[in-house]
Amino acid sequence: MSLDKDQVQHIAMLARLKLSDEEYAVSVEKLSKIVDFVDQLSEADTADVIPMAHPLHAAQRLRPDEVTETDDRDRYQENAAAVTDGLYLVPKVLE
Amino acid sequence: MDLHLQTMTELAAGLERGDFTSVELTESLLQRIAAHNDKLNAFVTITTDEALAAAARADQARIAGSGGALNGLPVIHKDIFCTRGVMTTCGSKMLDNFISPYDATVVKKLADAGAVVLGKSNMDEFAMGSSNETSYFGPVHNPWDLECSPGGSSGGSSASVAARFAPAATGTDTGGSIRQPASLTGTVGLKPTYGRVSRYGMVAFASSLDQAGVITRSSEDAARLLGVMAGFDERDSTSIDQPVPDYLASIGDSIKGLRVGIVRQHFDQGLDEQCGARVKDAIAVLESLGATTIEVDLPNLDLSVPTYYVVAPAECSSNLSRFDGVRFGHRAENPEDLLDLYCRSRGEGFGDEVKRRIMTGTYVLSAGYYDAYYLKAQRVRQLIADDFKQAFANVDVIAGPTTPTPAFKLGDKVDDPITMYLNDIYTIGANLAGLPAMSVPCGFVNDLPVGLHLVGAHFAEETILRCGHQYQQQTDWHSACPEAFE
Repeated sequence: MSLDKDQVQHIAMLARLKLSDEEYAVSVEKLSKIVDFVDQLSEADTADVIPMAHPLHAAQRLRPDEVTETDDRDRYQENAAAVTDGLYLVPKVLE
Repeated sequence: MDLHLQTMTELAAGLERGDFTSVELTESLLQRIAAHNDKLNAFVTITTDEALAAAARADQARIAGSGGALNGLPVIHKDIFCTRGVMTTCGSKMLDNFISPYDATVVKKLADAGAVVLGKSNMDEFAMGSSNETSYFGPVHNPWDLECSPGGSSGGSSASVAARFAPAATGTDTGGSIRQPASLTGTVGLKPTYGRVSRYGMVAFASSLDQAGVITRSSEDAARLLGVMAGFDERDSTSIDQPVPDYLASIGDSIKGLRVGIVRQHFDQGLDEQCGARVKDAIAVLESLGATTIEVDLPNLDLSVPTYYVVAPAECSSNLSRFDGVRFGHRAENPEDLLDLYCRSRGEGFGDEVKRRIMTGTYVLSAGYYDAYYLKAQRVRQLIADDFKQAFANVDVIAGPTTPTPAFKLGDKVDDPITMYLNDIYTIGANLAGLPAMSVPCGFVNDLPVGLHLVGAHFAEETILRCGHQYQQQTDWHSACPEAFE
């Protein structure tokens, strides 16, 4: 196993995923297999190769800093589980 | 009248002649769907009322002489495309309550052209899968053998077109998700050049690889649809500003003198012998039409799958961080605090494969591993793209198998991610390099369809569509209909 349970727990926390104990056991095994599989990349000779940023080497386009979207807040918030007065509600962050 | 057996091009002519109306056509296909979908589970949502209303509008437009290029023609959208006012689930519990407040550009363009949307097709969750088994809404079955997978992730789209529910369906392709299901269901699947079709409103999986395309039964229909879907969109920052050619204009031209590249590594171990034989027969047909074959080399082909399984999960972990249980999507009950809200909403809302890919991506991007995995993979990705560039210096298309085997049984590969991932070995390269590619039906092995994979240079959709069309003029594999769906 290239990963252990502590590492998988750390990854799950970084990814903000709560996993059951059973899921941890399976994840350690399957993620280890995936990591072992992608480890074969280390054998490729990539000296002097620039990492690809875009498959067509296009640069990011810029647009004028203008208001282009209308205010559709109410419609967008119809998909939220908890809103009030146009605000999204989350559990209390500050005591 | 057997309307369901006709291609989009044939249906367009029938509508134009007044042989039938769009309402009649739409009703007959909706009846087929109602009668047969239980066997396939190809839909997440069937939009009966919206479809009939759109068909009536199309009929009115035809009378008024104002219909668009697809006026009254039925299509199905993969449930990854946002459709205003209609549920858009992406095959996930995370979005099983999500009603999109806007239309994806692809959806809008097809609607503006007069297309009639019959429903939203089932798919692997967040397009992560090659068998449709990761869908929260259950697997889709292959019309050719209900025990088999229709491929994935656009499995609902491929199964629908193969079962003659509609002449065409949209799909998305990140590592083969249009072409592999097309191959396994005996349909045509086209993935355009990266940036050719807008990604706006298409739920993001891996943004440097994702591309929208179509599943049809003929190359001609794929060309017709691409002409409507393609084009620059300022709402997609990676959309490429290039004129859209008339893909139908050159499709009837001969392929005499076309240089077809055959990749040595494609016919090595791993390819089912009979599939290889069907593909070689198809290449012989291209030769009989005047194409010449040239051997080419893709020395880093073996590295394309591991490269993909670093790059795609990395981008997925970043894209899917938007699902936080706050603004939309599944939200856990009674969270203790904000962190608990995030972790439980995501833990409950995502399925196993999606979690696995998010964690793989998080790992390869995390401190201490970024250089060794993510940057390394982007370097190898460049090597793979360079291999294609070199090959396309000498050939116009690359022809080979789409998949190593015909359709596999549902349940066969779902427990072993690596075996599942290797199903995409021939298709992933086109995504890594941003190239257009398509799968065209080229025969059967044990009564299951096999696909011929055609890859073109950047923006050479015209060439592969013409090659596919000329091949289909000589063969009728694409006309074969699964017995239970005749």
